[in-house]
Amino acid sequence: MTETLLKNLRTRSALLRTVRDFFYAADFFEVETPVMIPAPAPEEYIESVPAGQGKFLRTSPELAMKELLSFGAGRIFQIGSAFRAGEFGRKHREEFTILEYYAAGWDYKKLAAFTAEMILRAAEAVTGGSRLSLHGKTVDLANVEYITVDEAFRRYAGVSAFEVSAADKFDELMVLKVEPELGRNGITFLCDYPADRASLARLSPTDPQVAERWEVYIDGMELGNAFGELTDGFEQKKRFAAAQAFRRAHGMLEYPEPEAFYRALDRGLPDASGCAVGFDRLTMLLTGAEDISQVRFC
Amino acid sequence: MYSASDLKKGLKIEIDGAPWQITEFEFCKPGKGTALYRCRMKNLITGIGMEKTYRPTDKIDEPNIEEREMYYSYFDGHHYVFSDPNTYEEMAVDASILGDKAYFLIENSLCNFVIYNDEPIEITLPTFIEKEIVETEPGVRGDTATNVTKPAKIDNGYEIQVPLFINQGDIVKIDTRTGAYAERVSKA
Repeated sequence: MTETLLKNLRTRSALLRTVRDFFYAADFFEVETPVMIPAPAPEEYIESVPAGQGKFLRTSPELAMKELLSFGAGRIFQIGSAFRAGEFGRKHREEFTILEYYAAGWDYKKLAAFTAEMILRAAEAVTGGSRLSLHGKTVDLANVEYITVDEAFRRYAGVSAFEVSAADKFDELMVLKVEPELGRNGITFLCDYPADRASLARLSPTDPQVAERWEVYIDGMELGNAFGELTDGFEQKKRFAAAQAFRRAHGMLEYPEPEAFYRALDRGLPDASGCAVGFDRLTMLLTGAEDISQVRFC
Repeated sequence: MYSASDLKKGLKIEIDGAPWQITEFEFCKPGKGTALYRCRMKNLITGIGMEKTYRPTDKIDEPNIEEREMYYSYFDGHHYVFSDPNTYEEMAVDASILGDKAYFLIENSLCNFVIYNDEPIEITLPTFIEKEIVETEPGVRGDTATNVTKPAKIDNGYEIQVPLFINQGDIVKIDTRTGAYAERVSKA
């Protein structure tokens, strides 16, 4: 084990404590939900790891935490492992740590401001200030920018996000043109995804072309994804059916129906917003690590 | 055929009938989007670079590339002729593939060939060769500085830069990767 890893693991530990304190102070309570689950959320491009006996390792704790919301949990957070098959790179591992949190009654913009505050406090606790020195430039986390997905695509790729999304060119342009420009000077929230990329977010009541979804970036790195949660059970089941059909058509592993989550939808989800942050990536940013293996014992 | 998940740094692939080698590789996955395999690559014939991004469902052609060792035999006036150490099968190589390396070919030296569709595209010579200096200004006795140089010619007329203490008739070592003087082997 190298000295750098040990040093970073200490920073990671301090960060865990700071983040927990931040959530407690905001009246969240910490939960743990099963890692081995009967049915992952069917998504187009997220592969779960089968765990045997018909079960799967969770790709995120999302469905279980929403079940808790449906029981009236209110504000909850969780820090734990999640698993995504086939993901391996500088910023990816099949096993990684997710920080996921939900707040009933908060809209997705309020959750963004809260998330910016959490990141800033975390940075102050482990680096002593809001400025990070990354790739030869200074990023000040006190700077918070909001940009819509369509504005970002127009500005950095010269195209309409809606058009490229419909033409299935969204992901390439995102990686090659847009992402490197995000979070250059601070924290950037990339907001309001085209409706066809809503995932589990509800559509905006004022502009149904977009979904209440944001992703947060610092120094070109995606740190987290958030939704104004879709609470309409009918619409949610329709989206999952479409994702299942996509998976079937592409010869991907098909998942069982997430029955417990469907019961939660029938029971009724409160209006809520939720976010998942890659905890390893947050640690990478605050330690300056270039590879996830430098901040997590893999 | 390779699938996109086989891609990695160093892999040789074929695109539109040309061989490429991946020089940089990054796995990317924009939130909720498809995995993308981002590659920077170098054309193994022209040396030009490009960037290309693959999706997991993409299939990539595998080039018909082999590596083998060949002895340099002789120059027939038009081509450099090499022979296989086991089969003695001969292969005539056009001067354009060797470039300046042709000056450093020594009879019976073992060279490494990269062969694409039966045509050599890259030939690596032994890293160091020894050559006699046949022409240079007289040496400056006692000047052992290596940072001051003067031109010198080897037997086939190729000119290199050598330190001032080198004399005509000295044997020197040359680095075939750069074509530069490496050290003196023996004095005249």
